Amino acid sequence: MNFLDQIWLIPLFPLLGAVLMLLVGKLLDPQPHSELAVAPGVEPVAEHGHGAAAHGHGHDGPSGHGGRPGGLKFLVSLICPGMVLLSFIFSAGAVWRLSQQTQRVYQVVQFTWLAGMPFHMANGHLAMFQADWGFLLDPLSSVMILVVTGVGFLIHVYSIGYMAHDGGYYRFFGYLNLFVFFMLMLVLANNYALLFVGWEGVGLCSYLLIGFYFHKKSAGDAGKKAFVVNRVGDAGFILGMLLMLSVLGTVRFTDVNAALRSGNFAPEVAGFGVLSAMSLLLFVGATGKSAQFPLYVWLPDAMEGPTPVSALIHAATMVTAGVYMVARSAALFQLTPSTSTVVAVIGAFTAILAATIALVQNDIKRVLAYSTVSQLGYMFLALGVGAYWVAIFHLFTHAFFKALLFLGSGSVIHAMSGEQNMCHMGALKNKIPITHWTMFVGSVAIAGIPGLAGFFSKDEILWQAYSSPHGSQILWLVGLATAGLTAFYMWRLMNLTFYGESRVAPEVASHIHESPATMTVPLVLLAVGSVFAGWLGTPKLWSYFSDNFRGFERWLEPAFASAAVEAAKEGEHSASTEWILMGLSVAVAIIGITIARYFYHHKPQIPDSIEKAVKPLHTLLYNKWYVDEVYDFLFVNGLCKGGGLVFGAFDRDVVDGGVNGAGWLTRFSATVSMWWDKWIIDGAVRFTSFFVKMLSYPVCLLQTGRVQAYAFFVVIGALVFFGYYVVR
Amino acid sequence: MDQHLLSIVLLTPLAGLLVLLFIPAKSRNLIRVWANLAGLAGFLISLPLVWRFQTGVPGYQFEERADWIPTLGAHYHLGMDGISLLLVMLTTLMGFLSILSSWNAIQDRMKEYYAMFLLLQTGMIGVFLSLDFFLFYVFWELVLVPMYFIIGVWGGPRKLYAAIKFFLYTLAGSVLMLLGILTLYFQHFKQFGFYTFEIADLMKTDLTLGMQQWVFWAFFLGFAIKVPMFPFHTWLPDAHVEAPTAGSVILAAVLLKMGTYGFLRFSLPLLPRASMDKTIVEVLAVLSIVGIIYGALVSLMQQDWKKLVAYSSVSHLGFCTLGIFSMNPNGIAGSVLQQINHGISTGMLFLVIGVIYERRHTREISEYGGLAHVMPRFAVIFAIAMLSSAGLPLLNGFIGEFTILQGAFEANRAWAAFAVTGVILGAAYLLWLYQRTMLGQVTNGKNLGLPDMSFREVAVFVPLIAWAIWIGVYPKPYFEILREPVREIVERVRPGYFQARGQGPGGVPAVAAGRGQVAAAEPPAPGPRPPAPAGGDR
Repeated sequence: MNFLDQIWLIPLFPLLGAVLMLLVGKLLDPQPHSELAVAPGVEPVAEHGHGAAAHGHGHDGPSGHGGRPGGLKFLVSLICPGMVLLSFIFSAGAVWRLSQQTQRVYQVVQFTWLAGMPFHMANGHLAMFQADWGFLLDPLSSVMILVVTGVGFLIHVYSIGYMAHDGGYYRFFGYLNLFVFFMLMLVLANNYALLFVGWEGVGLCSYLLIGFYFHKKSAGDAGKKAFVVNRVGDAGFILGMLLMLSVLGTVRFTDVNAALRSGNFAPEVAGFGVLSAMSLLLFVGATGKSAQFPLYVWLPDAMEGPTPVSALIHAATMVTAGVYMVARSAALFQLTPSTSTVVAVIGAFTAILAATIALVQNDIKRVLAYSTVSQLGYMFLALGVGAYWVAIFHLFTHAFFKALLFLGSGSVIHAMSGEQNMCHMGALKNKIPITHWTMFVGSVAIAGIPGLAGFFSKDEILWQAYSSPHGSQILWLVGLATAGLTAFYMWRLMNLTFYGESRVAPEVASHIHESPATMTVPLVLLAVGSVFAGWLGTPKLWSYFSDNFRGFERWLEPAFASAAVEAAKEGEHSASTEWILMGLSVAVAIIGITIARYFYHHKPQIPDSIEKAVKPLHTLLYNKWYVDEVYDFLFVNGLCKGGGLVFGAFDRDVVDGGVNGAGWLTRFSATVSMWWDKWIIDGAVRFTSFFVKMLSYPVCLLQTGRVQAYAFFVVIGALVFFGYYVVR
Repeated sequence: MDQHLLSIVLLTPLAGLLVLLFIPAKSRNLIRVWANLAGLAGFLISLPLVWRFQTGVPGYQFEERADWIPTLGAHYHLGMDGISLLLVMLTTLMGFLSILSSWNAIQDRMKEYYAMFLLLQTGMIGVFLSLDFFLFYVFWELVLVPMYFIIGVWGGPRKLYAAIKFFLYTLAGSVLMLLGILTLYFQHFKQFGFYTFEIADLMKTDLTLGMQQWVFWAFFLGFAIKVPMFPFHTWLPDAHVEAPTAGSVILAAVLLKMGTYGFLRFSLPLLPRASMDKTIVEVLAVLSIVGIIYGALVSLMQQDWKKLVAYSSVSHLGFCTLGIFSMNPNGIAGSVLQQINHGISTGMLFLVIGVIYERRHTREISEYGGLAHVMPRFAVIFAIAMLSSAGLPLLNGFIGEFTILQGAFEANRAWAAFAVTGVILGAAYLLWLYQRTMLGQVTNGKNLGLPDMSFREVAVFVPLIAWAIWIGVYPKPYFEILREPVREIVERVRPGYFQARGQGPGGVPAVAAGRGQVAAAEPPAPGPRPPAPAGGDR
């Protein structure tokens, strides 16, 4: 079987799982009538899932996790991870076939998806507005599909244990499979428009999964925030695509890259300003999805979702979509050095900003969330200095150790009956040893201790930031400082959680237990990955290792054809400089670890006294530089709600007021007319009759109807006439 | 039968109405069943249009022509092109579904209600099929009457206010439009010596630019009020809020499209020079963009579920008109597609409101919350409707919005940049609505015992959801249907548009066709690459 021909099956498997779950999942996993529905708003309902109350009944039995309600629930656990495993197998097969080919690009178009009309490009040429439903497998997307399906599968397995007691088990797995489908569409798409399908799709799944515990208002808020903030970035992405269509006439990657590399893109209108605008707009999209400044604010809140979701979507895969997209557009970004500088600066700034916030957070997942933002900043730093393969390399290693750390934290939270505050942990090392040791590996890896994955990728980023023609000492220094901060906050996390004195609440302490095998096995496998993944990209400096240890760069070389040319220029820096820099970064990591160990293990009173000494700074950091508050004030309440209220009043009083005013005016003039008609026009008529009536009144008086009176008048009249003649 | 297909489609609801009149008002079930049968028949009879319609053939199809009032030059002239095909199909389907959705909602004066609905159907189909201005105007005004009664009799507490406002406002616009029509009519007589309302004949009239502009503005008022474009939109929220569910559905899904259809069928082809007038285009594009952003912002702060959706219509219709006034193939095609999309998505949103209104008899958003716990099926369907309206890829809304934005971008980059904020705000007000009504805990005891959707209620949504997914995943047939009519309009307004330099023989992308060196520079893809997508061929 040629796996390359079956590439369309790769995203199809998880889609099948998702459709199955969302249509018939309820039959497999009958939901007990939710107590949330019965409880009216009169009394607030206890938190579900990992809330202490709900967790209690789940853990009454001795680690047996109770009987599984609904006999067919195991089918859910079988189908959904199974689908991702199938995807992984097909991905691995396809990548293997790809590696056998001389030309490592495989493109297949299944049908024309968006089949629009002809349009005028900016230079007046006529082009078709269309996008395929097509897949592109090249070294870059092959790394991505392996990460998505591989890590995705492990996280699916982990979720079997983690979500066992949650309502909506089938729903969770359905969403998760749907996510994998969209993520695979994102990385396999052969054009920007189809990539955007995956892009929005993963956003939707992220929304659904963040809001999984939708009875919690905070979860609903966080999901909505994530979606809307992402939409802001998406607006930039859309405009970038439109500009690309206008200038290049196509959105297919191969055509775009070919056009850009040939330099034949409508030169009469497409100055470098236009290209810079294009890359900048795409980068705006990336800042949304990959949580970079200024659009990073949604990611920490996204931790409201179940922890496997945080691991899969908000650490290992979805948030790296922006990195992937920029790397995919390498040909464009190479042509636009000014945008690349922006990318590098934003990346570095985000890296250190997020790291400072992570220093003081107490929620274990929040620390990891800010750490993710920070690590993504590293990746953008690498992209910005033109080291595209390094960014993807860091993406790759980060997927292992960050997924590991998140899943580890999930295991901790699981053991702690839902407690996430590190101030109420401590000394868990021996109670949950597997979790501890795997997390230990993850922390060492992210801190950048030589030999583990994080060291290789991070060190390469720092080296590139320093040595690349687009790099600078400042960028390197910021990166180095971030490395130190990273080591510090990770060891603060480890110390507060696993070492020192126990600060665990007594009622929780009795429940602490190691997680089931479905959870610990993925942890161990990810830990293995966190150790060895880095050995695919050892520094060139370590020449005593064969080229096989630098396979990652060679594998990705075709994807960034001209990037390799750029990289060749770095030769002017001497090997000794590189050794020194490497030593410095290791030293910084060790110092960070040591200080954290000293602060939080040996002298726990020091952090408190520091906190008191620089109270304002601590408050500032603890409140995340008040960025959320500023955004709320400016955009949410100011622009949107304020605008809505003002315009709402305007609409009611002015626009509709005009309409009603016209109606009132009509009625008013009608009233006036009616009055005029009644009193003037008809008045004249009636006055005439009145006048006649008045005149006739005296005569009327004579008409009494009494014969005697008439006889009397006759007599009088006769007398008068008679008298008249007599007198005359 | 083929030569009278359009008449059959047009008159089926009327025939249903005639039979309905003979059913005694007391046999309520018979009335309901018959009305549903008539609605279903109207839809089924229109289906052959889809199969028999020949894509890519210029001009009108299934034409029927007969003299009506010879002294006036009025004809009974029907015909159909791609644009009317889509709108007629939308009308017959939505008409049937609205009748179906009224099963329980309407309890008093049932016979009159369904009679009005069937009359409305004929009126709307007639608007989309008429090729004679006189006939068009008759249908155009005919639609007002049943809608007036539907709002005024079966509406909410302020139904009289809303119904009269709706009637008078749109009537005022139509009267001005009539003046425009008569101007064209007499000008045509002056030049050709005979009276006619035939659109094809009127198109031959040669008008001065000043005259064209005058007529354009007269038409504009008629159509803009119907769409409705900012600032002529305020009848819409009132009419929607007060109308019964099915009335809102038809109003949003079909009636508003009469305005955009009018622009496409009459304003642009009849008055090409005025339509390309820089001031006119800019004013209309700016009004559209204001409508998009303004409608979205006002929508954001509504406390009334139905009013929120009504204002979202203003925003979405802003996209439709922006597409039209981009005056290029993608803008116009996207606009037509978005009109269908809006019919589907907003139709679903109003149906969703109807489902909950039947249970709780309130539309205040604050009365709800946490409904997803009580009505999970309802939550899923509402979510799909919301996402389709918010323009999520692989659902219908995205295709329309993206194509319109492409068209707008081609016309003026700033328009697209402003319009794209509507996409952000659209997600904001819809998600917030969803959160306030469906998520969180059940905060109101009255919502606890609500039954989930019944089979009939779900059945109303199924065809719409299927349609939404079809357009989202495989929109190609729609663009093929629209290719020819859109080309004719653009060719009429901007002659020579398709003769731009650099066009390859089959209209293939310029990058690949006109520039051999670019195509050659592309590394040959090793995989089996199917033949170049045929989308560009005509």
